[in-house]
Amino acid sequence: MAESPLLSLEGVHTHIGQYHILQGVDLSVPQGGVTVLLGRNGAGKTTALRTVMGLWKPSRGTIHFDGTKISGLDTPDIAGAGIAYVPESMAVFADLTVEENMILAARSGPIAKDRLDRIFTLFPAMRTFWRTPAGVLSGGQKQMVAISRAICEPRRLILIDEPTKGLAPAIIEAMIAAFRELKRETSILLVEQNFRFASAIGDSVHVMDDGKIVYSGMMAELKGNATLQTRLLGLSLEPTH
Amino acid sequence: MTVTTNGSGRDALPKLKVDILPLFLPAILAAVSFPLIGSVSTWVTLTLAALAMGMMIFVIASGLTLVFGLMDVLNFGHGAFIAVGAYLALTVLGQLQGLTQSDQLALNLLALAIAALVAMIGTGGLGYFFERIIVRPVYGQHLRQILVTMGGLIVAEQLLHVIFGGDQKAMPLPNGLRGAFVFGDIALERFRLLAVGVGLTVFVTMMLVLNRTRIGLLIRAGVENPEMVEALGYRIRRIFIGVFMAGSALAGLGGVLWALYRETLTAAIGGDVMVLVFIVIIIGGLGSVGGCFLGAVLVALTANYVAFLAPKVALASNILLMVLILLWRPQGLYPVAKR
Repeated sequence: MAESPLLSLEGVHTHIGQYHILQGVDLSVPQGGVTVLLGRNGAGKTTALRTVMGLWKPSRGTIHFDGTKISGLDTPDIAGAGIAYVPESMAVFADLTVEENMILAARSGPIAKDRLDRIFTLFPAMRTFWRTPAGVLSGGQKQMVAISRAICEPRRLILIDEPTKGLAPAIIEAMIAAFRELKRETSILLVEQNFRFASAIGDSVHVMDDGKIVYSGMMAELKGNATLQTRLLGLSLEPTH
Repeated sequence: MTVTTNGSGRDALPKLKVDILPLFLPAILAAVSFPLIGSVSTWVTLTLAALAMGMMIFVIASGLTLVFGLMDVLNFGHGAFIAVGAYLALTVLGQLQGLTQSDQLALNLLALAIAALVAMIGTGGLGYFFERIIVRPVYGQHLRQILVTMGGLIVAEQLLHVIFGGDQKAMPLPNGLRGAFVFGDIALERFRLLAVGVGLTVFVTMMLVLNRTRIGLLIRAGVENPEMVEALGYRIRRIFIGVFMAGSALAGLGGVLWALYRETLTAAIGGDVMVLVFIVIIIGGLGSVGGCFLGAVLVALTANYVAFLAPKVALASNILLMVLILLWRPQGLYPVAKR
């Protein structure tokens, strides 16, 4: 790859208490497009995202973002460098309205009008529940808020953890369309179990197992190779249709 | 390009649930006690006394509930700020006797305002050091928090003994705040009206700050999910130190009111009221300012009515109230959604 990666992890180890979760992860996320991180439950995908975000500190190894070392920095500094995070739980603030959630996400001041228009274009339903406390929304609606929060200001990279988990198929279709739009303007590192979703929007892919990256390549390659899918992903992922 | 979002339109929008049931509790309590007490004037006097007491407890408890909600810190040393606030006010009022002994209410109130301000600045500053030195090393460790903050409380109380002496001090009310407004059989004590006013002002200010300002939104968001607040780029520790200092300053203000209410002062003044304060924040739902306000009113009403009707069970009445409320709402009246 000629262009230097936007995000790179080199030999990253992460311990949580007595557990050694990441055991030397080497991973890179190129500028632009969607990089998918696949793997069975417990492989360390969520820990990898949390380690990038500084929510767990790596015990060894380095993480670089846009050429600058970010491993060891505090989470607010990492966020300030231009990385947004959408956790698996979505972590919308239930007690706050959707508008208040968005106000907090826009650190530098009021959300720019063109940004807001864009969010409403991606997720028209956001208009209808703009002043609703986020806690009463459905899972799909909360996911829209969580993603909108991540894109309400320009961010270089968005880390998204299993955005389709528990969502109805129709909403997943909407998410696919939204992500295709999103990846035109930002880079995304996506953790996903739903292979149909991942393969629909992914450009490059890494597969994790037991805290290590066991495969890195282009999504088109993995998508077209059923044997490779079975070997790498086993039965833990939803079958392709 | 427009993305359709099936099932997420106006029809799918869930109805907003407004939980007003707990708000009826003080009215029910007042209504039930009325026939038992029998006399309108006694009932009104007891109710007003309870509201004044409730407001003072609320002022003290509001900071503690936010501190717990935001950073999961059990601060048993909160009582120290009550006592330090009260002693600072005692010292200031001692210097301002010209104002406190004046017959003009405005001058009396000015003296109290100066004393309260000094107490709040002093306890807020002390809160900064308490957080940095005592609380900071024990984040996330509840047992150690209890032990070390208890230790901090003991040290603070003993230091007060060293500085001010171990004897009980008189904390007289300024002239203009003594006595009561009498309407027929009903007596409204002046100081209690002032305490109700101060309590309501603190409550309204807190609600405005929490709901209308960015820092308030951050505090509410931080109570729910501090990690996500950090992931959005905010330093939760700074917010927390600010809340801790504000909470300590409010405890100092509460201490001034509480000491004036009792008109006497010892270094153990915090310990007496802290039992009620803990009951209040548990009843209200840890981290909830609205719940704390309601809890304070309930606890004070119960304490006053029961003390009049059945003095022998007065001590246990608030524990009983807490048990009953927790049986109904195990997380408290207005629990804060946690991640």
